[in-house]
Amino acid sequence: MKYIIMMNTMRAGHGVPEWAQKDLQAHIAFMISLNKELQQSGEFVSAEGLSFPDQAKLVRAGKDGLPVTDGIFPESKEFLAGYWIVDVDSPERAYAIAAKVSAAPGPGGKPLNMPIEVRPIMSGPPPEML
Amino acid sequence: MTKPWDATSEHLLRELAPQVLGAVSRRFRDFSSAEDAVQEAMIAAFTQWSEEGIPDNPRGWLIQVASRRLTDQVRGEIARRERETAVARETDIIVPTVEIESDMDPDDTLILLFMCCHPALTSSSAIALTLRAVGGLTTAEIANAFLVPEPTMAQRISRAKQNIKASGMPFRLPSPQEHSERLPAVLHVLYLIFNEGYASSIGAHLQRLDLAREAIRLTRGAKGLLPEDAEVTGLLALMLLTDARRAARTGPDEELIPLDKQDRTLWDQAEISEGIELLTATLSKGSVGLYQLQAAIAAVHDEAARAEDTDWPQILALYELLKRVAPSPMVTLNHAIAAAMVHGPSNGLELLRTLDNASRLADHYRLDAVRAHLLEMVGDYESAIKHYQIAAGRTMSIPEQNYLMIQAARLAERTPS
Repeated sequence: MKYIIMMNTMRAGHGVPEWAQKDLQAHIAFMISLNKELQQSGEFVSAEGLSFPDQAKLVRAGKDGLPVTDGIFPESKEFLAGYWIVDVDSPERAYAIAAKVSAAPGPGGKPLNMPIEVRPIMSGPPPEML
Repeated sequence: MTKPWDATSEHLLRELAPQVLGAVSRRFRDFSSAEDAVQEAMIAAFTQWSEEGIPDNPRGWLIQVASRRLTDQVRGEIARRERETAVARETDIIVPTVEIESDMDPDDTLILLFMCCHPALTSSSAIALTLRAVGGLTTAEIANAFLVPEPTMAQRISRAKQNIKASGMPFRLPSPQEHSERLPAVLHVLYLIFNEGYASSIGAHLQRLDLAREAIRLTRGAKGLLPEDAEVTGLLALMLLTDARRAARTGPDEELIPLDKQDRTLWDQAEISEGIELLTATLSKGSVGLYQLQAAIAAVHDEAARAEDTDWPQILALYELLKRVAPSPMVTLNHAIAAAMVHGPSNGLELLRTLDNASRLADHYRLDAVRAHLLEMVGDYESAIKHYQIAAGRTMSIPEQNYLMIQAARLAERTPS
């Protein structure tokens, strides 16, 4: 079964984190090794990192159907920072991966314990019942 | 008589693809259907040859299989039409006969290359079609290289062919005038394939097809077909001289290592010597173009055993020439770096100011990244940090973003706050 594991940026309108160099490096190394681990375990489907929220635009169709773009709104609390799609044997396994992401190292090497959203991905029609 | 399938066989198959496609397209006068039929023949060959060995005349085999598919298709088409018009006639359907041993026309590959890099195509579809029709890659391989689903790539290729068909372009070599007008587009497509491969050769996608190598192979082929064209050779030299540094440009954790910090003993000396040899041969011919100049700059970097040995005055002179031959904001940006290395960072920063109003580059992360680097050189750490951070927020590459964030963090630790 497939799950999406979503990580949010901690604050909207906030760009590059101002961490110490070694903390940044530890965080990056953690993410790279997590991806490798998921690939090696055969659970990795895809993962993408998104640009910082200040690159985001809100788009609506105008009266003529043409796009009307707007900047993002600073009052928005959270923005998607990136996601993993994994194919795992149980929901517990997806939660375990999410917990790992949540505990990614932050300033001073302390776990960030970020809230991570996990949701099942809908599948195609079930096999015929015989 | 067959030859066993081995490590070189896949390469042979890919090399044959454009020759087979050229022959089949000419016979059936339908590039689009011929291209599909050749793709099917390639897949059939891959399956059959890897088990039973390579036939004596692999090219003939492929032409025959592709032609049979097309013939079946034509027959099916006619049968369908007859059913629809309720005309039940016994007719022998005439399909072109295929002479397996016919001589190949080396121009075919060149015709295909110009066709796939047709100006009516977007660059993404030209790239995909070139890789399939000239490069002999399967749709699945191309899709994998660009990390898109296979049906998406198949659709992109089929739309590209529809556009070519709609343009009514005949299957023949372009006239000398068309040739010189359209060659830059061909070279640009090859250059884009190389860049895509070079930029994505980092990180989590190790299983991806090596597009940089494919681009080098295709450009080598183009050079064989147009040996007198200095820019084709220049492009091949540029690719080799850039690719030579591949092993040194990332660290064990996939982090980006800039040119001045690379372990130069990891550079591929064979690629460097070949690149320099090719480049030298073109420079003796007199004309100097965009790719030759960029190759010359790459060569100067590659010739320095240590970063501090880099002949920056020569690089600066080459950028000045490039600014005249092919001016662009990106060239000005690189020129500013060379100027900073020769005349000092203040001079480079001054040149950067001319780019602040260039709309194409003003918001580009490279401008902030270079500015940050030069500000660091003059000792203005506070502004340098700010620009490293802006650049990190604007780049669309994760390894580059990581690199820029770390530069900002590194400087912040040096600044008393």
